[in-house]
Amino acid sequence: MLSLLRGKREPIHDFPGGIHPPENKARSTAAPIRPGPLPHELVLPLNMHVGAPARPVVALDETVLKGQLIAESQGRISAPVHAPTSGRITAIEDRPVQHPSGMTATCIVLEPDGREAWAELEYRPDWAATDPAALLEQVRHSGLAGLGGAGFPTAVKADPGEDTRIEQLIINAAECEPYITADDRLMRERSPGIIRGIRMLAHLLRPDEILVGIEDNKPEAIQALRSAAEGTDIEIRVVPTRYPSGGEKQLIQLLTGKEVPAGDLPARVGVICQNVATAYGIYRYLEHGEPLLSRITTVTGDAVSHPGNYEVLVGTPVKDLLACAGLDADRLGKLVTGGPMMGFTLPEPAAPVVKTSTCLIASTPEELPEPPPEQPCIRCGACAEVCPANLLPQQLYWYAKNDEFERAQQHNLMDCIECGACAYVCPSHIPLVQYYQYAKGEIRNQEAETAKADRARQRFEARQERIERQKAEKEARRRERREAQRRKQEAAPSGDDGTRSDAAVQASATSAGGGSAASGGSDGSGSGNGDDESRADERARRMKQLKVTYNKANKQWKQAQAAFNKAQRDGADNLDQLSANVDKLRTRADEARAELDALVQEAKTDVEAATGRDLKTLKKEATDAELAARRKAKEVQAAREAGATEQAQSLEREHEQLRQDADDKAAWLKRVMEEQGMKEDE
Amino acid sequence: MSLILGPAPHTMQQGDTGAFMRQVVYATGPGLAVLTWIFGWGTLINVLWAVIVAVAVEALVLTMRGRDVRFFLSDWSVVVTGLLLGLSLPPTSPWWLTLVGVAFAVIVAKHLYGGLGMNPFNPAMVGYALLLVSFPVAMTAWIAPFDVPTFSESVALFLGQASPDAFSGATPLDTFRTWAGDAQALAGHDILHGRIAGRGWEWVNAAFLLGGLYLLARRIINWHIPAGFLAGLALPALAFWLVDDVRYADPLFHLFGGGTMLGAFFIATDPVSAATSNQGRLIYGALIGVLIWVIRSFGGYPDAVAFAVLLMNLAAPTLDYYTRPRTYGHDKPDRGIG
Ligand code: SF4
Ligand code: SF4
Repeated sequence: MLSLLRGKREPIHDFPGGIHPPENKARSTAAPIRPGPLPHELVLPLNMHVGAPARPVVALDETVLKGQLIAESQGRISAPVHAPTSGRITAIEDRPVQHPSGMTATCIVLEPDGREAWAELEYRPDWAATDPAALLEQVRHSGLAGLGGAGFPTAVKADPGEDTRIEQLIINAAECEPYITADDRLMRERSPGIIRGIRMLAHLLRPDEILVGIEDNKPEAIQALRSAAEGTDIEIRVVPTRYPSGGEKQLIQLLTGKEVPAGDLPARVGVICQNVATAYGIYRYLEHGEPLLSRITTVTGDAVSHPGNYEVLVGTPVKDLLACAGLDADRLGKLVTGGPMMGFTLPEPAAPVVKTSTCLIASTPEELPEPPPEQPCIRCGACAEVCPANLLPQQLYWYAKNDEFERAQQHNLMDCIECGACAYVCPSHIPLVQYYQYAKGEIRNQEAETAKADRARQRFEARQERIERQKAEKEARRRERREAQRRKQEAAPSGDDGTRSDAAVQASATSAGGGSAASGGSDGSGSGNGDDESRADERARRMKQLKVTYNKANKQWKQAQAAFNKAQRDGADNLDQLSANVDKLRTRADEARAELDALVQEAKTDVEAATGRDLKTLKKEATDAELAARRKAKEVQAAREAGATEQAQSLEREHEQLRQDADDKAAWLKRVMEEQGMKEDE
Repeated sequence: MSLILGPAPHTMQQGDTGAFMRQVVYATGPGLAVLTWIFGWGTLINVLWAVIVAVAVEALVLTMRGRDVRFFLSDWSVVVTGLLLGLSLPPTSPWWLTLVGVAFAVIVAKHLYGGLGMNPFNPAMVGYALLLVSFPVAMTAWIAPFDVPTFSESVALFLGQASPDAFSGATPLDTFRTWAGDAQALAGHDILHGRIAGRGWEWVNAAFLLGGLYLLARRIINWHIPAGFLAGLALPALAFWLVDDVRYADPLFHLFGGGTMLGAFFIATDPVSAATSNQGRLIYGALIGVLIWVIRSFGGYPDAVAFAVLLMNLAAPTLDYYTRPRTYGHDKPDRGIG
C-alpha cells in the first residue's frame, strides 16, 4: 500500500493568501554550521517550553556534569532542563529572559568549568525494538520542546492518545520565515540523522504516511534529504515558497488538504506535525543519549560581520553569541529574536538563547527601520487577500481597536495565527497583529474570569447541596432511631418512661467495646444498617466525652507534674501526696486515651468494613486527588500564559474533572469520618 | 545601547496609502486627456480647481480638528476625492458649483463622519448628488462632443461670465432617453452613432477603461467590483435590447456611455465605502451595474452612477455580513448580522 502511494505523485494542495517577503537567506547559508561560544555563564530559564516550568533539582554551588538533569518537568505539559556543559551552579534566581518587555523569570545559572565532562548517558540504540509507550516515556526526559520556535514539549505532541489513528506524520522543514536558515543548514549537513529521527517518531506514532514539507527555495537541503531518505517510506514533498507555508495549519493544508478544526489539535484530523530540528533532536537523544543541550540558531543581520548558523549551548547569553558572530554594536538598530514576520524585538541582549531561539537578527536601522506612523485603514482589503486563515483582518482590526471583543470573536479572531501577512501588506502601516494580540489577551482574561466565577459558583452550590443532604439524612436516621426506641419500649412494658430511655442508651453505649446500643429487639424493625449507624453515632458521642476527659486529665496531670517538680526543687514536704496526685491524674489520662484509641481503632475497622479500604488509603486518595487537581490548575495557568488556548481549554476540562473528583473524595472522607465518629484531626 | 523596539512584522511591503492613492491619480490621466480633447479646457480647469479646493478645505478642517495637517494630507485621499468629483462635473461648470460640491464632499461626507476610512458614503458622489439635486440645470449642461469652446470661452464659463446655454448639447444618454421607442428619431441622431457607442463618450469611456486596466495590473484594485459592475449593467441591457431594440439601448451603448467606466474602475472601487470581501464586492459591483441600467432605462435622471453607488454604499455593510468567507477550520462561514 505504501509503495503504491509512493508510486503516484501526490498533488500539493493549496492554502489561501500568503505573501512573498524578501528572503534575505543567502548570507547566512553560505557558511557551514559553526560552534557557538562557551560563555562565562549559562542562564537557563525554567520555562523554555510551553507549559508548567521545570523544577530545579540541583542546589546552589553544586557541581554538575554535561547532560545532567538540573530541573525536572512538572506535570504532564512540561519539559526538563539539562546542564549544557559541566560546571557549577552559581545562582537560581530571576534573570531577564527573551520577552518583548524584558521580563525576568527564574533561571538556573551555570558557570562552565570548561572540562565538558559528560554525565552518564542512557543510550537507546534498540529503539526500534522498544515498545512505543516505553519509548515515549523516555522521550519525556529528553528536554525536547518544539525547536521550530513553538516550544511545545515534544513528548506531549508525540502522544496523541491511545485511540487516535495517525494518518500523516508531517515533518515541518518549510522554514518559511525570511532570514532564518537554521533548518536549511541542518538538513544540508545532517540529513541522515534527521531521517533516523523521523523514523523514531514514526515508530512512536505509526502513521500511514510520513511527509516532509519543504519550500522549493532550499534545493541543496531537498537533495540531501532525498538521498538520506532513499529506501525509506519517507516522502519529501516540495512546496512553493510562500509565507506562511511553514505555519503548522498551512503546511497540513498544503500537504494533505485537511484543515484542523477551529480550537482543536491536528491529531483530531489524524495529523501530527513536528519540526525537522526536533526530529534531529530525537535522534541525538535516542541514539547518542544526548538530551537537548544545544540548538542551531541563525545569527544574521547587517550589524554582524559573520552571519551564519551557530550550534549554540542553550542558555548562552544573546550578547555572547552576537559577539561571536562579530557584532558591530554601533550599527545595531533592532535586535529581533525569531523571524522578521513573527519574532519580537529584544530590549537588551542580556537574555539567554533558549530552546526555541531559531534566529537572531541584529539589524541596522536602515535594514529593519522603525515602522512608519499608522494611517487610517482605507478598507482596501489587501490584508484579507493575503490572510491564510481566510479572515477579514480589517474587520478584526476595527473591532479590536474599539474594544468590541465579542464582535471580534464572532469574526473568528481566535483563528488568527498571528502570521503578520496582513500587517506586511497594509498600505496604512497598521500594526494589525499587535491589535489582535491585545484583543486576544483581553478575551482570554475575560474567559478565565468567567470560568473561575462559574466554577466557584458550582462548587458552592454542590457544597450547599451536600450539606443539606447530609443534614436531612442525619435527621432521618435520628427519627428512625427514636421510632425504634419507642417501639422497643412499647414492646417491653417495664414501666420505664420515655425520658429514661436516652439515658439507658447512653449507658449501654459507654460500656467499653461499644456494645450494641440499639438492640435488635424482638420487633426486628431496625435494619442492620440503622444499627450500625446508631452505634457509630453513640460511639461518636462517647469519643467526644473521652476526648474532653483526656484533654482535661492530661492538662491537670501536666500541671500536677509541674507542681511536683517545683515542690521538689523547693524541698517541700508534701512530695508524696503530690506524687500520688500526679500518678492518679496520669492514670486517668492514660485510661481515657486507651479507650479513645480503642474506639478510633474500632471506627477505622468499621470504615474498612463499610468501604473496603482503610482510612489511610481513603485519606491518601483524597489528598492525591486534591494535589492532582491543583497541579492541573497550574498547568492550565501555564498554558494560558503561554497563549496555548486550545491546550488550555482541554486542560481546563481535565482540571474540572479532577476538581470534581477531589471534592467528591474529600466529601466522602469527611462523611465517613463523621459517621464513624472521628474528627479529621485524628 | 538603546535598541529599536516595535511590533512584528519587522519588515513591510514598500508603499503606503499615499502611493496607493497616487496610482489612482495617474490612472485617471488618459480619461482626463480625452475629456479635455472632446469637451475642451473646461474639464481640465475644473479638475484642477476641484483638487485645489479639496486640499485647501481638508487642510482647514484638519486644522480645526487639531490634527497633523501634513501627515493626513500625505495619504492623498482628498486629492482623489477632488479629482473624481471634478471629472464628473460638466465642463461648463462655474467655479462656485465645483467649490460647493467639493467642500460639501470633504466637510460633510468625509470629516463629519470622522475622516478617512470612517465615511460610509463615497464623498465625491455625495458632492455630485448634492449638486445634481440642487442645481439640475447647471449639472446637465454638457457640451456637444467635439464642439469645443476656445480657451478664453472656457475661462469665461468657469468664471461665470458666460452662459453655458450657448455651448451645451444633449449627451447620448439624454438623447436616447428622450427618443426611446421612436426608431426613426433614434436613427436620425448622429450623436447616438459613434464607432462603438455614443459619439465622443465612447472615447472617454475607452480612456477610463485603459486607466482602470492599469489599476488592475498594478493590483491597486481587484477585478471583482468592476467585473460585477460591468456585467450587472451589460446583462440586463443585452436581455432587454434583444427583446426590444427600439426602447432599450444596446449593451455597448451602456458600457461606453456616460460615466460607466469612470464609475466601474474609479468610483465604485473606492475601498472605504465598498464591500470588503471578494464575493461581497462582486455582488456590490453587480448591483450597482443593475441599478444604473434601471435608472438609465426607467428613471428620471440621465445618468445614474452617483445614485447607484450611494445606494449600494448603504448596502455594503450588510453585504459584508452575508458574504464573509469561510474561516480556516470552520465547517461553514459564520454569516448574518450577529
Ligand atoms: S490592508 Fe490595512 S488599510 Fe487595507 S483594509 Fe487592511 S487594514 Fe485596512
Ligand atoms: S495575522 Fe491573523 S489576520 Fe493577519 S494574515 Fe495572519 S492569520 Fe490573517
